[in-house]
Amino acid sequence: MKSSRQKNRRLAFFAAAAAAAVLTLGTSGCGSSGSAKSSTVTGGGGGGNGGGGGGAAVANTQTITVNTGPAASPPTNEPFVNGAFTSVKVCAPGTSTCQTVSGILVDTGSAGLRILSSALTVQLPQQTNSAGNPIVECLQFLDSITWGPVEMADVTLAGEVAKSLPVQVIGTAQFPNIPMACSSSGPPKEDLAGLGANGLLGVGNFAQDCGTACTVTGPANPGLYYACPASGCAVTEESVANQVKNPVALFETDNNGVVIQLPAVTGAEASVSGTMTFGIGTQSDNALGSATVFTIDPNTGDFTTTFKNTTVDKAFLDTGSNGIFFLTSSVTGLPECTDMPFFYCPTMTQSLSAVTKGSNGATMTVNFTVANADSLTANVNNAALQGLAGPISGLFDWGLPFFYGRTVFVAIEGKSTPGGTGPFWAF
Amino acid sequence: MKRALAGVVAWAMVGTLLVPTAWASLGSDSASVEADRVKMQGTLQSRTSEAFTVHEIQVATGTAVREYVSPAGKVFAVTWNGPFHPDLRQLLGAYYDQYVQAVQAQRASRRGHGPVTIQENGLVVQIAGHPRSFSGRAYVTSMVPSNIHLDDLQ
Repeated sequence: MKSSRQKNRRLAFFAAAAAAAVLTLGTSGCGSSGSAKSSTVTGGGGGGNGGGGGGAAVANTQTITVNTGPAASPPTNEPFVNGAFTSVKVCAPGTSTCQTVSGILVDTGSAGLRILSSALTVQLPQQTNSAGNPIVECLQFLDSITWGPVEMADVTLAGEVAKSLPVQVIGTAQFPNIPMACSSSGPPKEDLAGLGANGLLGVGNFAQDCGTACTVTGPANPGLYYACPASGCAVTEESVANQVKNPVALFETDNNGVVIQLPAVTGAEASVSGTMTFGIGTQSDNALGSATVFTIDPNTGDFTTTFKNTTVDKAFLDTGSNGIFFLTSSVTGLPECTDMPFFYCPTMTQSLSAVTKGSNGATMTVNFTVANADSLTANVNNAALQGLAGPISGLFDWGLPFFYGRTVFVAIEGKSTPGGTGPFWAF
Repeated sequence: MKRALAGVVAWAMVGTLLVPTAWASLGSDSASVEADRVKMQGTLQSRTSEAFTVHEIQVATGTAVREYVSPAGKVFAVTWNGPFHPDLRQLLGAYYDQYVQAVQAQRASRRGHGPVTIQENGLVVQIAGHPRSFSGRAYVTSMVPSNIHLDDLQ
């Protein structure tokens, strides 16, 4: 076990980057280095209810619930709003040593499963490179980074299994020292209070969290993956195959995307439940039907949205954003809340519309509301808030309120569906 | 916005005009731009209008960073767009720690995940997007020339 890690040295970046390191998966089993967790067998469980598919089809649907989340309870006392939570079953690869982890935030804005070390009791093998050194990831989010080792797991969602899936474990005792280059992208989210969830389930349009950018050496490598021998961590290249992956892309069937369904919400409600269904057009319960397909930029994952006379090409659907964040007060005419400048606070609820447009030319007028955030959040027991919105310059972030009352299809890059090849959204 | 700027500025390569200095950036002298370029291992282009000079650093990771320098010679704003964040500690310079503290102080009232909007003690930071498509802007309100419309900063 590596108990002490030195901070990354910048010079080491180049040395490590220059050294070829063909990664090998952590096949050394549960006894591999870097884990001091006790192993607990809880078995069974799975993440959800039975699927809607007919006949012998794999159960492909599980429940997602919008509630205040696992951080709402003492001692953290930080209730989440507009977060859709679910459960995942993680097993040491090829074994029945498993744990079902609840309170996992469903995130169509990212790719890959990330679990807090504090929520994980099952021992998972560490991914190592060809030199036997552990691989540790620094993933960039908007206001933060997540830092922790890449470990291997068999991950079950409904009846679907992603075998030997690389996942990130956040906030482990084995790798406490975050390299300077990593912490220069923002403060770490490394515990329940910081993350607001026991983990993130990234089921967006990308099949893995970095792509080819992380496979190169030198300054073009964005520094998401590190090799961490006892002497300290240094940025390393990471093959696409070994990167932390969208688990859906690794399912044997129903692996071309997900369908998110949530009920309509009026004002502020305590909690609502919906479904996450795997596959698009693969079973009777995930047909595209009359949904409109919006293809998106394959590099950025964005499409276009026009509000009044302002068009932005950085628009996206993101269950992981807790409001609809768009443009600025000077464009929308909506006042910011005085105590919370990141939310809008119109005196009366506004009914608005915007036009979404895919790179395939498909367009649709989307109606939405913006309510007073001070009023919406007044009762801290309410987690499902229709109309929660806020300003952000030059973007249109269709967060969870967009999903209320809709069926939204998220197709994964390179995967075939009856609506064409991903990546796309359909609704 | 972009159109308005394009009409009054002309791109020109610089490169050797600026003298590298140590740790710098937002709020620092224009010479700090070169330090940022070196740190980010990027290429630099600059253009000047009546209101300000823009230095654009193309980072090797695919992210574009722009630093806006006032006639008084101060970096009063920075913006970025691309698949990965630039080195924000370098880019925000003396303001990075204030940014980090503000993000953490805001967490409880933010009540979930979403874009960053920091407005405090004269520092404004906005970061949005998602992994593989980030954009951000930061400025020091007291340093912004009075004739600048902030929506023009992209």
